[in-house]
Amino acid sequence: MRPIPLAENSAKFVADKGHEGHFDAKLWMIRQKRDAMARTIPEWEELRDLASAIKEHTLSNLVHYLETFEASAKRNGAVVHWARDAKEHNEIVHGILKDRGATTLIKSKSMLTEECDTRPYLESRGIVVTETDLGERIQQLDHEPPAHIVGPAHQKTTADVAKLFAREYGSDPASREPTYLANVMREHTRPLILEASAGLTGANFAVAETGAIVTVTNEGNADLSGNAPKIRICSVGIEKIIPRNEHLAVFVRILTPSATGKRITQYTSHFLGPRQGGEMHIVLVDNGRSARLGMEKFWTALKCIRCGACLDTCPVFRRSGGLSYESTYAGPIGMVLMPALDAHRYREFPKASTLNGSCTNVCPVKINLHEQIYEWREVMEKKGEKPFVEKILMNAAGRLLSHPGAYRAASQAANAFVRILPRWAVYNPFNTWGRQREMPAPASETFHEWYRKNRKHRGK
Amino acid sequence: MRVGLMIPCYVDVFYPEVGIATLELLEKLGVEVEYPFDQTCCGQPMANSGYAGDARATEELLVRNFAKFEYVVIPSGSCAHHIRNKMTAAAATPERDHVRSRTFDLVEFLHDVLRASEFPWAEFPRRVAVHTSCSAIRGLHEESMSERVHDAEFSKPKSLLRKVKGLEIAEFDRADECCGFGGTFAVNEEAVSVKMGVDKLDFVAKGRADCVVSSDMSCLMHLQGCAKRLGRNLSFLHIAQVLNGPRA
Repeated sequence: MRPIPLAENSAKFVADKGHEGHFDAKLWMIRQKRDAMARTIPEWEELRDLASAIKEHTLSNLVHYLETFEASAKRNGAVVHWARDAKEHNEIVHGILKDRGATTLIKSKSMLTEECDTRPYLESRGIVVTETDLGERIQQLDHEPPAHIVGPAHQKTTADVAKLFAREYGSDPASREPTYLANVMREHTRPLILEASAGLTGANFAVAETGAIVTVTNEGNADLSGNAPKIRICSVGIEKIIPRNEHLAVFVRILTPSATGKRITQYTSHFLGPRQGGEMHIVLVDNGRSARLGMEKFWTALKCIRCGACLDTCPVFRRSGGLSYESTYAGPIGMVLMPALDAHRYREFPKASTLNGSCTNVCPVKINLHEQIYEWREVMEKKGEKPFVEKILMNAAGRLLSHPGAYRAASQAANAFVRILPRWAVYNPFNTWGRQREMPAPASETFHEWYRKNRKHRGK
Repeated sequence: MRVGLMIPCYVDVFYPEVGIATLELLEKLGVEVEYPFDQTCCGQPMANSGYAGDARATEELLVRNFAKFEYVVIPSGSCAHHIRNKMTAAAATPERDHVRSRTFDLVEFLHDVLRASEFPWAEFPRRVAVHTSCSAIRGLHEESMSERVHDAEFSKPKSLLRKVKGLEIAEFDRADECCGFGGTFAVNEEAVSVKMGVDKLDFVAKGRADCVVSSDMSCLMHLQGCAKRLGRNLSFLHIAQVLNGPRA
């Protein structure tokens, strides 16, 4: 597949001033709320250390905890399935639905099912799938993937949503009031929830000790999706395991402040077993996670709890737009996760960072995101995923900068040359720097020359 | 105290006055400074882009040039961060590790090593927006970080600048958000880079500053480039130029 033209997509988003400004302001507001909430929790940094340590311990003993979880879940009456990859996951989910003659599925937001392209897979096999998370439903109606892990429709303004609902539901296009819009969605989605033959949720955590699937939501839509129909399916990435209930005391406290800047969500639900007369299926999905566990420099990205804090703080993500990445995960965590799946397709990702390090500082499980992005640049070079011209330039720079004599001659000649060039020649179409920026004016003499003239040579 | 002065390649070519101010300032503070003639660059442009192999010889040249010094001082947070925290392409020798651990950005050297308490020769009656680079903040910890909300607030560059007569510090919104330079990012992601730069200029303008001061000329090269194109009336100076006072 062709590499994703991230820089090109981002440039288009920047040019769309209304949406770029809206997206940047909205996410920055969440970042500020996160700061304010973290300020009220004196042990915030200690919680980050604990969350990171619990995840690292669990990942280092993953087989043990997965088997413990499976045994607990079975004890609770759930059926546990194992899926090596997206294809197996989708086949298992479809198999469950098909065997029971289920044709309608409601689901809550799940990044794993985005990863697996589960919705299109099921739709193409005749299943009617309805998203129940407000933002995710908006994106579904507009035939767009989520633009943000936590707020799938963050890229849309209320005006966009009013227009979309008017088109889909015949509501008032001029009414942009959020409560009105939420009610429109509620009126149209509730019947689908009540009629659905099966429900699917993701998982924020899967507790090995209790076998519980834990979801953390505000709209209660995971509870509706998981409880209204008789068939409940939970899609769970194998990195979602935590050992015991008591560990939730750390994660529940750190997830919501990081994700939305609130102290806690409206609902934190533990799905233990099937409802009376129903079934509960848990699909444990690998999809590249075991392979990542074996990557010395990148395994800690499995600690991610999908809070989106790295997206909110990332100055590049806020101005690039979530959809520009054309991938399940975008921004800092996306730059770290996606290249492992397809280095060629995501070759531009590690470049889309200034390595400013803000993401690493907000990450509640202390993933060294900006350092991993830096490492990915090196991997891309080793894999031959670098543009030819860049390779030549870097090779030449490396040679020149390690030969002082040649470097001096070249820098002084270039300086003199630029001084005599006319403006149109300097600001040529190949000068990317100069498109919207002036170049620094070349100096009449370099520091090196000045020093030679003005200070006694003490060296050598 | 034997101090080797390293001048970043782009400062040497585009901003020699910053190198001169750094040298003069250190001399005024009684430091014996030597500028090794065979120096070129820290290797960051190649290493940051993923070309460790191409950075190796440049980094090893740097080690040869500076191994004999007690301290290496460079007026750039970004280069200092690379040398101290990321310069691993060069062969792992005691000399390399000596250079890595003894390299300081000018701000750190003034603040932590010399503990400079006054700059009586300097006067700067302007409203200054202090832009500290991400490398200096999150790489060298020259300032507290906005994400770490429980850390005590501090800023080494600001505490130095507060000692300058007449200078007023202008606070502005999102002060530690990246300016969008980011090395090769500035050209690879030109549109986003410029947008970040212009946003930074807008926040600085709202803080009613008439001058931006930084310990990194690379950020300023980018911000100044954006400001000039937009016709914004704002001046940009390296912290060494302010602390060194007017040229004699």
